[in-house]
Amino acid sequence: MSADPKAVIAARAAQELRPGEVVNLGIGIPNLIPGHLGADTEIYLHTENGLLGVGPRPGEEELDPDLVDAAKRPITALPGASYFDSASSFAMIRGGHVDVAVLGALQVGERGDIANWAIPGKDVLGVGGAMDLVVGARRVLVTMTSTTPAGDAKLVRECTFPLTARGAVDVVVTEQAVFRIREGALVLTELLGEATVEDVSRVTEARFTIELED
Amino acid sequence: MTATGVITAEEAVSHVKTGDTVMVGGFGLVGAPLTLIDALADHSDATDLTVVSNNIGEPGKGLGKLLRQGRIRRGISSFFTSNPEAVAAVTAGEIEGTLLPQGTFAEAIRAGGAGIAGFFTPVGAGTLLAEGKEERLIAGVPHILEQPIRADVALVYAARADELGNLWYRHTARNFNPLMATAAMITIAEAGEVVPVGELEPESIATPHLYVDYLVLSA
Repeated sequence: MSADPKAVIAARAAQELRPGEVVNLGIGIPNLIPGHLGADTEIYLHTENGLLGVGPRPGEEELDPDLVDAAKRPITALPGASYFDSASSFAMIRGGHVDVAVLGALQVGERGDIANWAIPGKDVLGVGGAMDLVVGARRVLVTMTSTTPAGDAKLVRECTFPLTARGAVDVVVTEQAVFRIREGALVLTELLGEATVEDVSRVTEARFTIELED
Repeated sequence: MTATGVITAEEAVSHVKTGDTVMVGGFGLVGAPLTLIDALADHSDATDLTVVSNNIGEPGKGLGKLLRQGRIRRGISSFFTSNPEAVAAVTAGEIEGTLLPQGTFAEAIRAGGAGIAGFFTPVGAGTLLAEGKEERLIAGVPHILEQPIRADVALVYAARADELGNLWYRHTARNFNPLMATAAMITIAEAGEVVPVGELEPESIATPHLYVDYLVLSA
């Protein structure tokens, strides 16, 4: 594949977002999504450290030390934005008021389990808002490459890494395909670029059915 | 209570005693009461502290200073990882580390300040962070029981305060500060600016003065 896999994933994931939705973007590939949104797809970005209405990255002259996203990087706030404390922010998340959480994952299990906060053998001391987001958001969209740099499948039968939540994932977008979790089972619904079902099967340990959509 | 004028940071941190649980506001260093933390590092002997803060500062910065001084016994946080020295200290068993999902961490502090004895949340159920916690199936969904968090002293930061201790926060520097202000026996607020009573628009006050005991001006 010649295209940058991360750009392919971000571009396809952007199509999953609907105008008017409130969306929380995790670090990594999810943060590339705004660059792929059509001009007519107006969404409202939520950041869990206390802002609804995240705007573009600031220029040098707009930098404000009191205005950062959940990765502690500088942001701007759009007209109509609001600030709130962390308990209110997570009440929005846990209470189902955030429409979509888009985040990366280390592994996704075939029933929608997700592991995205800790690697076995390394420290398990940083969870941040990952668990709250995958449990609370109305839709959970995972953007990830199909394999690790070492070539291990990330769509697996059973997560072996510490779980973030069980059965929380709705959609997985990789550089090759779109999968949806339907009634607790993984369904391949779309092939991206030149990818074939055989290509996808080769890098997917999870069992899945195929219901390709136009 | 209500603040009665501005005191020095040195005087304020004299209220932190050895063995205390201390809440410290901020998301990383954004909205952290850095003048108070520096005063605690430089002008206080209080040690054996339990620190409740989303992060344990950064290496040598903010709470990272207290960590280097060996004065933290336990950290309760959602993200130790932003300070590799804190991770190393927990891993080596030098300090105790309690990790909570960020929303649970925030809600536990809110509950602590609001007189709520605990709450069931679906967040964390079935994960490593549910270990040792009561689990209950509610409406068919696994939930875990989380305890409220309270502290002896809270150190918070607000961009602006009035002389009574009403607090006004700016942008994303609000984060955990208004929650922590409610959940401690003694709340010390550091403000970037202190204005006369009546100058803050009442509707914009996020922390009413009854939560604030002492007021300090940022260095």
